[in-house]
Amino acid sequence: MAKAHVYKRDHINTDEIIPARYLNTDDTAELAKHCMEDLDIGFVKKCKPGDVIVGGVDFGCGSSREHAVWALQGAKVGAVIADTFARIFYRNCINCGFYPIELENAAEKINDGDEVEIDYENGTIDNKTQGKEIAFKPLPDFAIQIVKDGGLLENIQKRR
Amino acid sequence: MAMTITEKIFARAAGQDRVRPGDLVNANIDIIMCHDVTTPPAISMLKEKGIDRVFDPDKIVVTPDHFQPAKDIQSAELHKRLDTWAKEKGIKHYYKLGRAGVCHALLPEQGHIRPGEVIVGGDSHTCTYGAFAAFSTGIGSTDLAAAIATGQLWFKVPASMKFVLKGRLSPGVYSKDVILAAITAVGTDGALYRAMEFVGPALKDMSMEARMTITNMAIEAGAKNGIIAFDEITRAYLDAHLKQKAEYTVFESDADAEYVETVEIDCTALEPLVALPHLPSNGSPIGDCAGTPMDQAYIGSCTNGRIEDLRIAAQIMKGRQVAIRTIIVPATPEIWKQCIDEKLAEVFYDAGCVVSAPTCGACLGGFMGILAAGEKCISTTNRNFVGRMGSPKSEVYLASPATAAASAIEGKLADPRKYMG
Ligand code: SF4
Repeated sequence: MAKAHVYKRDHINTDEIIPARYLNTDDTAELAKHCMEDLDIGFVKKCKPGDVIVGGVDFGCGSSREHAVWALQGAKVGAVIADTFARIFYRNCINCGFYPIELENAAEKINDGDEVEIDYENGTIDNKTQGKEIAFKPLPDFAIQIVKDGGLLENIQKRR
Repeated sequence: MAMTITEKIFARAAGQDRVRPGDLVNANIDIIMCHDVTTPPAISMLKEKGIDRVFDPDKIVVTPDHFQPAKDIQSAELHKRLDTWAKEKGIKHYYKLGRAGVCHALLPEQGHIRPGEVIVGGDSHTCTYGAFAAFSTGIGSTDLAAAIATGQLWFKVPASMKFVLKGRLSPGVYSKDVILAAITAVGTDGALYRAMEFVGPALKDMSMEARMTITNMAIEAGAKNGIIAFDEITRAYLDAHLKQKAEYTVFESDADAEYVETVEIDCTALEPLVALPHLPSNGSPIGDCAGTPMDQAYIGSCTNGRIEDLRIAAQIMKGRQVAIRTIIVPATPEIWKQCIDEKLAEVFYDAGCVVSAPTCGACLGGFMGILAAGEKCISTTNRNFVGRMGSPKSEVYLASPATAAASAIEGKLADPRKYMG
């Protein structure tokens, strides 16, 4: 089951998610080794496949580097849940087939270490640890389609 | 229905009579900016998917800049991929080493930016070009790949926010201080998803270079784009820089266009500002932070590495010595040459600075000026996030070239006004 790694911080930026010193490569496995490094050096070690990251407002602000999303995907992060997302990061997530979940006061509804199960289409997070169900607004249909197809390019190919 | 400049540009690009904020539109792209970090992955994605198409080789402008000249083997590989692709696809505007420069300084200088157009680039500070009454925004590699192949992208039309720049700047206060004040006023997500439209009398005294410093940092308030209306100053710049296709369409916001919010900045009352670590919105008047010791000064980048910026720094440094490591990076080869021709390089040499070749370099903690743990740098760049210029334990202070130059001389944050005329 997915575990939540909660960072009670606003404006977690792309430099923290993947520092620029590693941008001399676009190799996902290589990027994954440094995922969240400047925020939490121990993150990669403790993240199990499917785990989720919970942040505050404006998650992913800063650079347009899609490397941030690739690093998260490479580290097998299942989803990011945050109050709000920075625009380019949000778009990059969808384009990579990685679901960004917008949830007000996310870090108050989910505690560090909580076990969660996410239903993306219906927009619910089942917080098993706290025994409560949390609703979120699902992505618009066209964005869900892109995520389902595995990303924007896959989606474009399919539409041709 | 009344529309803003941004809305009018989207309407044109989508082939519609009108658009409203929130509308999803499929827009035709006029110019795509490509550099060495985000474009090679886009090229690989296209290859992988067997999409070989480039929608228009004449509308793509390529310049390596982030790790240029190649800083290590891996970045050399990125450059090689970019180079091979650009040649294979017959990209017309490909700036190689010797002509390559920091993208957002290079494209306007080389005449690739026109009012009324839609410009995207694989870099968050692509919003810079909005100074020319164009819509421009940063995108990631997948969007870049899609744009390269199809010449189109979907956008949600942003609501506009108006920033009224009232009064006139006093000596020693610059457009950098204005944008730091604006970001400090609204916060780093104060303009999230929105267009930041800058208007007001203070713009009349600002060159295109100075205006680009403002739109460059729109992303630091979370905005989708920054935009400034066309005027005589824009026209004069374009007359001097557009090499081909000199025609363009000028859109203006209607008098009754709708803005979700209006923010007024009293430029007359502004003091030099420094954005303290670790957010561009941590603006502090120099009077409150002067005296903080620095280890390095950095004058360059797409925010403040243009000739006007170097002139301002040189004016302050002339006949003086810097007290800390000071790195000057002219943003493009033309600026670099001007810097030599106007003997600014000599002033910098005499003052004890190092002048580098055009590159992004240390601005993003890439190379040529990386900070060690515990070090502090006064920088004319646009971002002071944790680890931005090196060690996660280093600190970046953002300011104008004048404040950076004065601080370099004193080795601590200093008010530039005491060094002026
Ligand atoms: S100078 Fe800095 S902010 Fe500008 S494009 Fe280069 S790395 Fe980005």
